[in-house]
Amino acid sequence: MEIIERANEEAIRRMLAGDPVLVDVIPAEEAIPTLGDRMILHAGPPIDWARMCGPMRGAVAGIACFEAWAPNLNVAAEMAASGTFTLHPNHHFDAVGPMTGLTTRGQPVMVVENRAFGNRAYCTINEGLGKVMRFGGNDAEVLDRLCWLRDDFGPAMGAALREMGGIPLKNLVARGLTMGDEMHQRNVACSGLTLRQLAPALARAIQDRDALARCLAFIGGNDQFFLNIAMAMGKAIMDPVRDIEGSSVVTAMARNGTDFGIRVSGTGDTWFTAPVEMPEGLYFPGFSEVDANPDMGDSTIVETVGLGGFAMGAAPAVAGFVGAGLASEAGNFTRTMAEITLAENPEWSIPALDYLGVPTGIDIRLVIETGLAPTINTGIAHKEPGIGQVGAGVVRAPLACFRDALRAFAQTLGVS
Amino acid sequence: MSDEINETLLNADLKVVNLGLESFALELTQQGVEVVHVDWTPPAGGDPALAELLSKLGV
Repeated sequence: MEIIERANEEAIRRMLAGDPVLVDVIPAEEAIPTLGDRMILHAGPPIDWARMCGPMRGAVAGIACFEAWAPNLNVAAEMAASGTFTLHPNHHFDAVGPMTGLTTRGQPVMVVENRAFGNRAYCTINEGLGKVMRFGGNDAEVLDRLCWLRDDFGPAMGAALREMGGIPLKNLVARGLTMGDEMHQRNVACSGLTLRQLAPALARAIQDRDALARCLAFIGGNDQFFLNIAMAMGKAIMDPVRDIEGSSVVTAMARNGTDFGIRVSGTGDTWFTAPVEMPEGLYFPGFSEVDANPDMGDSTIVETVGLGGFAMGAAPAVAGFVGAGLASEAGNFTRTMAEITLAENPEWSIPALDYLGVPTGIDIRLVIETGLAPTINTGIAHKEPGIGQVGAGVVRAPLACFRDALRAFAQTLGVS
Repeated sequence: MSDEINETLLNADLKVVNLGLESFALELTQQGVEVVHVDWTPPAGGDPALAELLSKLGV
């Protein structure tokens, strides 16, 4: 249909025209003025406490203590169960969050501005590996780190970014792709490149040498530091693609540990959901499939813009890390995803695939026609709250939500 | 099929292209037959209603 072809051309134009720049770190309540008291934003499509998985519940209890809404975790859980907290998806507030993905007013958020369209997107700062709130961790160590991010690291990083005028992300990601990152489970290069740019400005923003050293070590010690930046970038790129009449392009994919949800440009902000699947992957020593929680997080926004599992060919090392097969087979994932997308991104190319551009613009029609579900590289959380990450793997988006989306999309065009 | 073609087909080395079910290709491979396997499934997973919808939506 001509209306679909025209609409999808416009969707791809907007995706490729996006100009994301990391410009600031500010308190979430300043970035999102409607983020009020006792209000918690979470990853994925809408969900209530009763249906939340273990890590998400653990994180909710933890963040309530962090915000001083509850005196301890038990009381926090009781308050959550009684409906004291208002729960909403990050995506409804221009935000995204990894794994449990909680955003509350007191946390600092990184700000990515899409300078081609003027919109902004937000994501919290990556806490590092191990016991962290995004995997449901909620003990004193986790909460202390969140306080340090709020009181010290966030303000310093914000000052540094403002002083240097921001960090343009499009070229940085292009470079990361040539250095073996796919921006979901491998962010080694982009984290390093970010540190290289930030370090001089951080040194000017932080007077105390020990405090500066701690900030530099925090970034340098976290290979996934860039993930949250990539996510805010993905959200900033995709939001201008929303609500194009007749477009069958996916504008968001997200999971809350219970449901997987997608949004499609031509059907506005409606979520189409299906039960989320279990990742298949490799586990850290001492853990196995029986410990794993179903897939979780807004981080699938990076696949939505053509990175992550879609850019596996750029990151052969990740194929082994997530248990996806041989390094030589990594390119097959990217080529397969090209069958369900409408374009290549000429600015984000993969040297090992003869500079093939990353597959861009997931078309729900192509997903249903081929039966090829989007491939997602993901971390695996322990199913019990408070334990953290237990592995990494690959998960497929459930086809059921694409089928529902296709039927609803057809209705918007009067097709049945 | 003429006898001549039949004879050629039966006497020549088999050249097999297998569509869909991979187990057919694996069986032949195990017998030393060269097979090119094409990973194919019916459009829309074989769901006629979805396939019809797709055709109306320009796929």
